[in-house]
Amino acid sequence: MDMSFSPEDQQFRAEVRQFLVERLPSRLSEKVRLQQELTKAEIEEWHAVLNERGWLAGNWPKEFGGAGWTAIQRHIFEEESATAFAPRVLPFGIAMLGPVLQKFGSKEQQETFLPRILNGQDWWCQGYSEPGAGSDLASLKTSAVRDGEHYVVNGQKTWTTLGQHANWIFCLVRTRTDGKPQEGISFLLIDMNTPGITVRPIMLLDGTPEVNEVFFDDVRVPVENLVGTENEGWTYAKYLLTHERTNIAGVGFATAGLSSLKRIARGQVANGKPLIENPVFAARIAEVEIELMAMATTNLRLLAQAAAGQVPGAESSMLKLKGTQIRQSINDLTRRAVGPWALTFPSEGIEGANENTVPGPDEAAGATRAYLNNRKLSIYGGSSEVQRSIIAKQILGL
Amino acid sequence: MQFTFTEEQTMLGDSLLRTLARDKTPAALMDLGAGAALLSEADGGFGGTGADILMVFRTLGRALAVSPLLDSVVLGAGVLALAGEGDLAEQASVGAIQVAVALDEPGQRYDGTVGTVARGGLLTGEKTMVSGADTATHLIVSATDGVYLVDGAAQGLTVTSYRLMDGGRAGEVRLADTPARRIGDLTLLARPTAAAILAVCADALGAMEAAAELTTDYLKTRKQFGRPIGSFQALQHRMADLVTEIEQARSAVWNLAGHLDDEDRDRHVAATKSLVGKIARRVAEETVQLHGGIGMTEEYELASIVRRLLAADTRFGDSDHHLERFMALSAA
Ligand SMILES: Cc1cc2nc3c(=O)[nH]c(=O)nc-3n(C[C@H](O)[C@H](O)[C@H](O)COP(=O)(O)OP(=O)(O)OC[C@H]3O[C@@H](n4cnc5c(N)ncnc54)[C@H](O)[C@@H]3O)c2cc1C
Repeated sequence: MDMSFSPEDQQFRAEVRQFLVERLPSRLSEKVRLQQELTKAEIEEWHAVLNERGWLAGNWPKEFGGAGWTAIQRHIFEEESATAFAPRVLPFGIAMLGPVLQKFGSKEQQETFLPRILNGQDWWCQGYSEPGAGSDLASLKTSAVRDGEHYVVNGQKTWTTLGQHANWIFCLVRTRTDGKPQEGISFLLIDMNTPGITVRPIMLLDGTPEVNEVFFDDVRVPVENLVGTENEGWTYAKYLLTHERTNIAGVGFATAGLSSLKRIARGQVANGKPLIENPVFAARIAEVEIELMAMATTNLRLLAQAAAGQVPGAESSMLKLKGTQIRQSINDLTRRAVGPWALTFPSEGIEGANENTVPGPDEAAGATRAYLNNRKLSIYGGSSEVQRSIIAKQILGL
Repeated sequence: MQFTFTEEQTMLGDSLLRTLARDKTPAALMDLGAGAALLSEADGGFGGTGADILMVFRTLGRALAVSPLLDSVVLGAGVLALAGEGDLAEQASVGAIQVAVALDEPGQRYDGTVGTVARGGLLTGEKTMVSGADTATHLIVSATDGVYLVDGAAQGLTVTSYRLMDGGRAGEVRLADTPARRIGDLTLLARPTAAAILAVCADALGAMEAAAELTTDYLKTRKQFGRPIGSFQALQHRMADLVTEIEQARSAVWNLAGHLDDEDRDRHVAATKSLVGKIARRVAEETVQLHGGIGMTEEYELASIVRRLLAADTRFGDSDHHLERFMALSAA
């Protein structure tokens, strides 16, 4: 047993740390630390800084312009970035679409789209879920009917994260209605500026318009935008789900969240003493920290397996489930740490709530917003219930 | 032993619920006598017991009404009545004046340490998170040597206000040599604060009931995998746990309502607020989860219920604050 990182990996960690010290503007890291929402321009700014260093797509092979990192290196990068309060790299183009195009896309698709993901020309969003197809994704109905050199797309996607900023959407669409539902799905790339597409924002309960509904009304999509083979889209979507799971536990986010929580608890006064010395609150922090220490090691154990060439299996469901619980507990404790000021609710999205001066610690408003927003962690990317079913079926054979 | 409401209480609850379905304005509430029901007969009302508070606020919680009843009547009129200011108390109870009660100060959490001082009838200090401060005609302010009454238009009084997550508004109140009248010592605050905590807990109970109903309906109608998601046993058990917790919250609220004027009131305040706060958070989290994505949207009714439940935990000290108080009181 050896729980230390190799000298090369330690060297890599030092390099990442140095880079973050030099290149991460405090303007951005302060916003991230205070759990404020980033603008489109700020996200693009950080992507550009990473791209300049060749680090935007750590998971992509070098031949496609990626950094070609090992799973361990990616983990180190994600952990260091999160604890330095760097903006997160948006997953849609880099983590989700990129690997699918690299494995299943045509040469033209790879040459057209991959560089534009890296240089920020395209902003992708993910069009899987529909009003009637959430956990049961295979029941999706948005249809694509072949008409000469086009598919004609009709239907609706929903919960499309940051679709308001996107110029492209990758969609799962139905190209066949007979047979098993999974067998009639295709993977289609759609230009959001095509006539017939309407985007409607959905306000979330934290007061941010983070997700959207996307409507398709006779949208004509060139057939060359089909990825791989017609009716094989489900396989590609599954590939995406099983291969991009190194950061599923969110260890870095949890570690960063815990350090913020402690910082707040040191600054707050409860009964004349720093909150962090309050026995009840200190116990709550300790409990979640102990959980995190164990979960971080589960994560490393699975990374070591991946490094040894094993494909991650249903264990990643455990990581998602536990990682989500830990992050949500940290969000809950952070909100409670700011005390009565957690009641304030400055929000651009909700009428009458757009004040920019609220009392209490700087972290207060962001703490409530992040708590509410991160309820999504147990809903999207396969809900906690879906993960439990996978564990029961695939690990336990129940 | 009797765990029922009087006929008058039940009638008021019913008519409140009916009215709130179409009209949630404070005026409508006052017309029905919801304010007067929170004051004892001796003080010009027709209620004021724990059961009255429970009935009115559980109904407000169910209907998700944002009202001045908590701050202006339970707290405000409550303090005024005890201070012998019967006329003002009665006016507050019918909505003729608006009272805000300013207790907490910046830098403090929930412990109520007071630094505001009175010198020659003039108050100087800062108060934080004063609910309803921006619309108050009268403020009740705690100072080191007692409780003071301040006119909403008094000199040296400034209020900056902001929205709260439960839809109400609060403000930062600054007093600089502000004329004030002493109306009693700090012990005046005990019963009204306990009553206000009961009101918040009863309101949370009503909101939890609403959340549970909404979620149960959704489980019956939302279909995935070709069947209602409520047919999955995993979700049935979660919902069963949740309503069992809500039943616990209901009994905790009854406990406080029944002991509001007893000797061991403080222990009941701590126990009820601690348990209800914890359950409220859990109900908020679980009902969102059982809905999936739709539960996170502002357009859906659950969003405001969830924020109301979180606010209920936070106001007057969260579950852990009251857990500690309970520990201290029970050790004694
Ligand atoms: C903030 C946010 C961002 C999102 N971003 C995107 C995006 O960018 N692109 C995209 O395509 N989608 C996105 N999603 C959608 C997300 O993937 C779905 O919300 C998710 O699949 C759940 O589907 P649903 O919301 O329809 O809930 P439902 O599937 O209706 O589930 C409701 C409840 O039932 C439970 N449940 C369902 N089936 C079972 C079962 N068999 N056994 C036990 N319990 C069950 C669920 O766990 C949940 O608790 C996003 C969602 C959110 C909340």
